[in-house]
Amino acid sequence: MATIHVDGRSYSVDGADNLLHACLSLGLDIPYFCWHPAMGSVGACRQCAVKQYKDADDDKGMLVMSCMAPVQDDARISIDDEEAREFRASVVEWLMINHPHDCPVCEEGGHCHLQDMTVMTGHDRRRYRFRKRTHRNQYLGPFIAHEMNRCITCYRCVRFYNDYAGGSDLGAFGANYNVYFGRYQEGTLENEFSGNLTEVCPTGVFTDQTHSDRYTRKWDLQFAPGICHQCAVGCNISPGERYGEIRRIENRYHGEVNRYFLCDRGRFGYGYVNRKDRPIEPEWRGEPEADAVALDVNAALDRGSDALRDAYRIIGIGSPRASLESNHQLRELVGEGNFSTGIAAEEQACLELMAELNRTCGLPTPSLWDVEKHDAILVLGEDLIQSAARLGLSVRQAVLGRQGALAEDRGIPVWNAEAVKTLAQDRGYPLFLAYPVATGLDGIAEDSLRLAPDDIARLGHAVAHRIDASAPDVPEPDDRLVRAAERIASALMAAERPLVVSGGSLNSTAILNAAGNIARALSRRARQGGLTLVRREANSTGLQLLGGQTLEWALEQLEAGQADALVVLENDLYQRLPGLCVRHALARARTLIVLDHQRTPTLEQATLALPAASFAEADGTLVSLEGRAQRFFQVYDPGYIRPETRIRESWRWLHALAAGLRREKVADVTLDLVTRDCARRYPVLAGMVAAAPGADYRVQGVKLAREPHRYSGRTSMRANISVSEPRTSQDPDTPFAFSMEGYNGFDRPRQSVAFAWAPGWNSPQAWNKFTDEVGGHLRAGDPGVRLLEPSPGDWVYSSHIPPAYRRPAGEWCIVVLPRLFGGEETSARAEPIQARAGQAVAVLGPEDAAALKISEGGHVRVIAGEGSWILPVRVEAGCPAGLLCIPEGVDPALLGGMSVSLAVSGDQPLDGPGVAGEVHP
Amino acid sequence: MTDAVSRLRYRCQLNQGADERREETHPLTWRLNDDGRPVFHKEYVEKDGYAAVRQALNELTGAQVIDAMKTANVRGRGGAGFSAGVKWGLTLQGEGMPRGYIVCNADEMEPGTFKDRLLMEQIPHLLIEGMILAAYANNARYGYIFLRGEYIEAARSITRALDEAREAGWLGADIAGSGFDFDIALHTGAGRYICGEETALINSLEGKRANPRAKPPFPGQSGAWGKPTAVNNVETLCNAPAVIRHGAEWYQALSGDLSDDGGTKLYGVSGRVKRTGLWELPIGTPGTELLDRAGGIRDGQQLKAWLPGGGSTGFLLPEHLELALDFDTIGQAGSRMGTGLLTVVTDQQSIVSLMRNLEAFFSRESCGWCTPCREGLPWTVKLLQALERGEGERGDIEMLDQLAIGLGPGRTFCAHAPGAAMPLSSALHYFRHEFEQGVRHETGPAHADPIPVGEV
Repeated sequence: MATIHVDGRSYSVDGADNLLHACLSLGLDIPYFCWHPAMGSVGACRQCAVKQYKDADDDKGMLVMSCMAPVQDDARISIDDEEAREFRASVVEWLMINHPHDCPVCEEGGHCHLQDMTVMTGHDRRRYRFRKRTHRNQYLGPFIAHEMNRCITCYRCVRFYNDYAGGSDLGAFGANYNVYFGRYQEGTLENEFSGNLTEVCPTGVFTDQTHSDRYTRKWDLQFAPGICHQCAVGCNISPGERYGEIRRIENRYHGEVNRYFLCDRGRFGYGYVNRKDRPIEPEWRGEPEADAVALDVNAALDRGSDALRDAYRIIGIGSPRASLESNHQLRELVGEGNFSTGIAAEEQACLELMAELNRTCGLPTPSLWDVEKHDAILVLGEDLIQSAARLGLSVRQAVLGRQGALAEDRGIPVWNAEAVKTLAQDRGYPLFLAYPVATGLDGIAEDSLRLAPDDIARLGHAVAHRIDASAPDVPEPDDRLVRAAERIASALMAAERPLVVSGGSLNSTAILNAAGNIARALSRRARQGGLTLVRREANSTGLQLLGGQTLEWALEQLEAGQADALVVLENDLYQRLPGLCVRHALARARTLIVLDHQRTPTLEQATLALPAASFAEADGTLVSLEGRAQRFFQVYDPGYIRPETRIRESWRWLHALAAGLRREKVADVTLDLVTRDCARRYPVLAGMVAAAPGADYRVQGVKLAREPHRYSGRTSMRANISVSEPRTSQDPDTPFAFSMEGYNGFDRPRQSVAFAWAPGWNSPQAWNKFTDEVGGHLRAGDPGVRLLEPSPGDWVYSSHIPPAYRRPAGEWCIVVLPRLFGGEETSARAEPIQARAGQAVAVLGPEDAAALKISEGGHVRVIAGEGSWILPVRVEAGCPAGLLCIPEGVDPALLGGMSVSLAVSGDQPLDGPGVAGEVHP
Repeated sequence: MTDAVSRLRYRCQLNQGADERREETHPLTWRLNDDGRPVFHKEYVEKDGYAAVRQALNELTGAQVIDAMKTANVRGRGGAGFSAGVKWGLTLQGEGMPRGYIVCNADEMEPGTFKDRLLMEQIPHLLIEGMILAAYANNARYGYIFLRGEYIEAARSITRALDEAREAGWLGADIAGSGFDFDIALHTGAGRYICGEETALINSLEGKRANPRAKPPFPGQSGAWGKPTAVNNVETLCNAPAVIRHGAEWYQALSGDLSDDGGTKLYGVSGRVKRTGLWELPIGTPGTELLDRAGGIRDGQQLKAWLPGGGSTGFLLPEHLELALDFDTIGQAGSRMGTGLLTVVTDQQSIVSLMRNLEAFFSRESCGWCTPCREGLPWTVKLLQALERGEGERGDIEMLDQLAIGLGPGRTFCAHAPGAAMPLSSALHYFRHEFEQGVRHETGPAHADPIPVGEV
């Protein structure tokens, strides 16, 4: 710690910081542009100038850039100094020379850091009378809009995109007053984190293209604290709504999880919420194939309850993309013995094993922020950029962590970003990858091995054995495996904090067991390591903790006539098992009740379809892959703008159905009741209640506002329906109000923040006002509760070591790979994601391609049983012979591990966006 | 070399005959031929070439070489005037430290400067010898000559000299039987003035944008590719062999009573004088002698002002010609010695036009990294253009005053904008009336009052 004197007042600050960081952490306002809490200082914009004095006797002082000035004990600075103020005003004046006066039509307006800083410095009069410099803009793909004339050349975009996120197709071109930030030619930005440019850019150069068509100012949006539902990482988001539509997703700061950044699937994959074909009313289908009839709520509940009462046994199929509360209510409705998780057996086996490993390996699961502090990483069987992108970004930061360590050894502070980069060059902590094809982290890996799934498991076991000899060794290892295992084992043992990452992406318990053995071995050798296991969907971890039978079991019950009614919760079974067997089983159900917010093939078959709320219209709790239970809050009431909708939270529907089934009057239910009930019912979930404050939480005696205090148009937004404005929707479930009335400030510590705003800080930079220090934790603590921790016990090594992979003669073995864009069910229904995903492509090794006489871009016909699929081919060097790698989301009939035969095809596949493979059943 | 080519390179000529240039007084140029024929290896060795390398590598430690440079007080001849010996002493060496680089800053692009060109074209081995000594002192493994791309003839000379030196065993493994290994590569620049800034030069050398780096860390701590790196100007390095050969005291004494700085300086004059060119003279020689040697101002014109060492130094008046041309004296007069090549401005030249031309150059050559330089310089140019055309408004000169302060030292990322501000502020100081003649209009119609900040 060090003491600094700012404008005559003394403060105690962290001596390792720079002055800007220290002052912002103290809550003092210094304007800045090029500095970013996650990216350090470069001293380019010169906006953060302050006066620094040598000692108490120095009354002249000199200007320093606070971002580049290290904190020194007894440092004396002045922010208010006249010369410093004048210089800061000049800097904004210079930045505004070429900046267009287009704020009224600029999409950044209202949450623009440049606006905030301009007001802060007091520059309000234009003196430059000459012509402005202009640029041409580029098409950058479906996510990001480009308006270069607004650029103030702070270099943040390229520093984030290239240095932080590892992109390579955005650069700074030109020089002097004509620096251009863009691609070398027009085209889609390739990096998976490009959306963060919209927040990193301090003005409106890079804006959210998905928001553009239906644009709303930040102050006119209604927000709630959300949790991203597009994968299992559990990033905190701040979705914004207007007129019953989600208009954009912004990052919601969480000190332990996503911090400042999201992946593009999470940010741009929300479009399914706004789809026009969503079910909005209960639909009754008396006979299969008959037209559906819309029902009112009571009629639907009556018919639904009646149908269920008539059944001799009801099976409930839950969903890993639904909340714990909804799954719990379903399980209560059908009974413990009749509940299926709705997860296919292979995946569920992986999930169960992962939960067991998290408890029994002795290594804790680090948060994402903690991942960044590890110094040797092994990733077994995951392409993190595809399966848990935000985690992949954290792994990248962990590797780059060595740069800061090297710099500190040389006396260079870690925040001196360019100097750190210069010193370290391309040195990083060791990262080892084992995966069938190239992964998004190959570029920074010390070694990336291309292996078939079973060989990945064997590599893992060999590593474990070399860390702890009591772990079983691999029988008949080949030289390459031994050499790789030795290198990896010694790197992990040399590290202070080794991290093992694996997961269920390849649906292989063999790989997970191997990862578990490495973790156990590290734990036995007393290493302060970590074990991160990637799950697939938003609530996969939570649903596994809640427990239930597999999806196959549920379908078997129907097939065998053991049950005649089925309730399916937010789950499209056709995404999980081959269509034929799903169709067959569903046809056996006399009553099929489906709750979903998407019009899925499963829902289309329902006797009774109930319109469920998506994450934007519901509250609930999810458990992330880290084991963190996190609450997401309803953003808006869909019935307010569209009174005809009958969308309800699934847990509300299920509660009402259960009451109807028991012929009871539907008693009022609230989220808190369901959450508490769920926590009581499953001891492992007991902590979930504390994931967020209950509905009775108040700040200064009032609820929390979902809308900024400048929210406009409330009295007229329903005027097309009726000139009389109804009372705003009431929210009995959460401490948030559907209103601008309520607390929205930063000065009272709170965990649940719908949107970041502080006086003078309208941009996402306002988050600095909510944290205990810049880049630290929310002052009330970061939200969420950890449920999965290692428990002590005498655990043993797994000895399930698969034999080395041998390709099936004349056939190919399918490996299904996760895919960031298009691989996840709900976001794949969003148009921008479909546009970004393009066609699904199969990957073959060069030997196989040559044998089949297929070249890059050619098409292959995949023949399995009675079906055949046509897919375009990418030939990738290193992909093991005999593997056919196809992306997730093509067809669940193509199961990983399945043997298929291949033939060249002259046919083109159907060109459906996001989906591929013409099916010829 | 044909006369035609020689005329094309008319400025880059030494105007001192062989009779004047002697080993004991002209360490840089005594070996040159009167006809401009380059001194290559055979001739260089005959004229005591590489003796300093043989001596230093076999008889001295690196630390002793550094001490000699410190005692000789060789100050950076690129214009900054920082002691080369002190700089070398700050290069990190020793246990756990990788051997780094010696980078020769041969990106001579300062307006009005053409001294390094002469040395590189006509005596490339002197530079190579200096670099070997620097490498030995700094324990560097490899050297780069970052050469201005337009210096085709110099590139040709250096390339040949490097081949010769390698052939003769002055480069490569075990130099002169000392066990020391070192080699040099020639890198020709792609044409940016900012590459003359040592850290921008390193970035460019690494294949990155030529943006300067923040200091600290200095190149000696973390330079090219993150390794300890010493960057020195051509002329600075060319002084090292004589310092080693004849001793630091001898070198320091070369300037006699003229200056506290040691050695000689390759001075030059350009502009409207009768005989432009270069002279090697003791450092501290006053401007009057240089103007005399240049034959004085051309007939019918009067000296109005002069730049002591390139476009980024402040204007001085005829009365300042008596001053010793060394780093401290010129600094005290409010300018900088810079490269020591005088640019002469006569009464027939407009200071406003000259400034507009200079600022247009600096504005164009800004790397675009920091705001004052990137945005302030083009504004300066536009104001000067307006004044030059007689379209200036009231307030323009005050605006230029403010810009000259805002672009000054301590406010920008590197010394580029302060270098552009120095001639501007001195021009505004000495020749304000010329600028005032360009103001022909009242301030343009005022903008309607904006909404006061903080009231909404």
